[in-house]
Amino acid sequence: MEEEMHTDAKIRAESGTGSSPRGPGCSLRHFACEQNLLSRPDGSASFLQGVAEKSRERLIRNTCEAVVLGTLHPRTSITVVLQVVSDAGSLLACCLNAACMALVDAGVPMRALFCGVTCALDSDGTLVLDPTSKQEKEARAVLTFALDSVERKLLMSSTKGLYSDTELQQCLAAAQAASQHVFRFYRESLQRRYSKS
Amino acid sequence: MKETPLSNCERRFLLRAIEEKKRLDGRQTYDYRNIRISFGTDYGCCIVELGKTRVLGQVSCELVSPKLNRATEGILFFNLELSQMAAPAFEPGRQSDLLVKLNRLLERCLRNSKCIDTESLCVVAGEKVWQIRVDLHLLNHDGNIIDAASIAAIVALCHFRRPDVSVQGDEVTLYTPEERDPVPLSIHHMPICVSFAFFQQGTYLLVDPNEREERVMDGLLVIAMNKHREICTIQSSGGIMLLKDQVLRCSKIAGVKVAEITELILKALENDQKVRKEGGKFGFAESIANQRITAFKMEKAPIDTSDVEEKAEEIIAEAEPPSEVVSTPVLWTPGTAQIGEGVENSWGDLEDSEKEDDEGGGDQAIILDSIKMDTGVEVSDIGSQDAPIILSDSEEEEMIILEPDKNPKKIRTQTTSAKQEKAPSKKPVKRRKKKRAAN
Repeated sequence: MEEEMHTDAKIRAESGTGSSPRGPGCSLRHFACEQNLLSRPDGSASFLQGVAEKSRERLIRNTCEAVVLGTLHPRTSITVVLQVVSDAGSLLACCLNAACMALVDAGVPMRALFCGVTCALDSDGTLVLDPTSKQEKEARAVLTFALDSVERKLLMSSTKGLYSDTELQQCLAAAQAASQHVFRFYRESLQRRYSKS
Repeated sequence: MKETPLSNCERRFLLRAIEEKKRLDGRQTYDYRNIRISFGTDYGCCIVELGKTRVLGQVSCELVSPKLNRATEGILFFNLELSQMAAPAFEPGRQSDLLVKLNRLLERCLRNSKCIDTESLCVVAGEKVWQIRVDLHLLNHDGNIIDAASIAAIVALCHFRRPDVSVQGDEVTLYTPEERDPVPLSIHHMPICVSFAFFQQGTYLLVDPNEREERVMDGLLVIAMNKHREICTIQSSGGIMLLKDQVLRCSKIAGVKVAEITELILKALENDQKVRKEGGKFGFAESIANQRITAFKMEKAPIDTSDVEEKAEEIIAEAEPPSEVVSTPVLWTPGTAQIGEGVENSWGDLEDSEKEDDEGGGDQAIILDSIKMDTGVEVSDIGSQDAPIILSDSEEEEMIILEPDKNPKKIRTQTTSAKQEKAPSKKPVKRRKKKRAAN
């Protein structure tokens, strides 16, 4: 008799608040997250950051598959449901972040955490991290990377537009620097939740 | 996933508790759970929490041509979706009955009550009207979906602002939100549904049943009312027989509850309006309570990208240069051209195919990368190539290899097939090798 175990991780992903103009330096927008906010699923998180659907789903699924230790849960279906509340740019990166936090909240064993970072290259080659919708539309290329937390290696990349390989490496290096902040955010929010003080 | 069945002892416990006027969460018979309304950054986006039941409402608008028999009225469209995250039983295929019932009730409540003035949505009679679309998503199901959904719908509609339009003679100008402030919809009244659950054939009633109570109830009475005590919709389901004075009593209770809820809604709308006007921060991020242990915020974080360029240059210098790319297309006949060369079928026998390593696509992959614009590459790999793998137990009998102009880039050999990439300037001629019958 087959045993069925269902672990559900559900997420709400929302991007960005406000559209303040960004200066020449790179910065990540304001982050907020809430965990365990839904009572029915096993784990849930809400992550707010500043035909396409199917491909986005596939990218997120492949990233999760690479990281989740599926062998510990044979015959199990892990469903990740993402609801976009509002989109203010960097949607894929926000979805990845929300997916990671929800999987953590559900207690699914993973070999590493992952985070998503988006870079936009505009027509004169300036790199902007975490672009708003407007910046994404006007950019020459938009690159989204999923990086893991152990060695900040690349798990998934999805790019649109024209760029040289130097620029690719630059964006990747910038994304790695940015991912440090995201992982620090994860760690602090989880510490806050699980610490005894 | 099938809903976990309710055990008999749980059912008995709930019914006994109700008989003794006790509810599991400590509420009184006529008490509502806490209602919390939060708004998003866009106009028309709100989340309503009724206890733990959570509904997301979003309103959007579009200019369309009107219906033929109602040429001067705008179009209203409502859609409630039971998201899969709301309950394990809500799978994309399976929820039809409940979904149809809820959608129908919402439509009757909001459309037939004429709470929105559809005449004001007309721009050019017979040609262009506004179509207002209300999308509701159930995010968490803890009972009483219909009340939460109706509150979310009416709040989202009240919060929504449509772009301003002006008509001068034949000319219609649609202003963007930057040019002119968007205008709110014209709403006559706010109908809100109140649900009553009946137990033991109508002997006991509870207002705002939660999920457990809904499972053991006999029937449900939904009354949609506005604050002027006008009943917009009334629906009784479950087949319970109610007496006339029971229904009247319920409508009186509904009147009181609707007044309270309407006040709460107006206050929430006013607060949001105030925050937006004063230029403070608004949106869902702000509504995440700071004090809650499960919530955390971080401010804008600057990232130091000064060493990015050096790092990038280092990596590129260390990487091997990409192999020579042959990208001249070859024209076979008018209308047929070839760029590069496709690889041969690599499906050998299944048991021998584990040696297959797709990653070293070599020059083919690099050609594609530089030509394609929209790539979804799983692993980015610059300039590295696998050493050719030569296996000696291949089963082919004879293979003729044509010498191309340049040296062959790579010989990729699998267990049952071998192929060779040639410069595309030569016509590809290969003897088919004998493949095993299992192909």
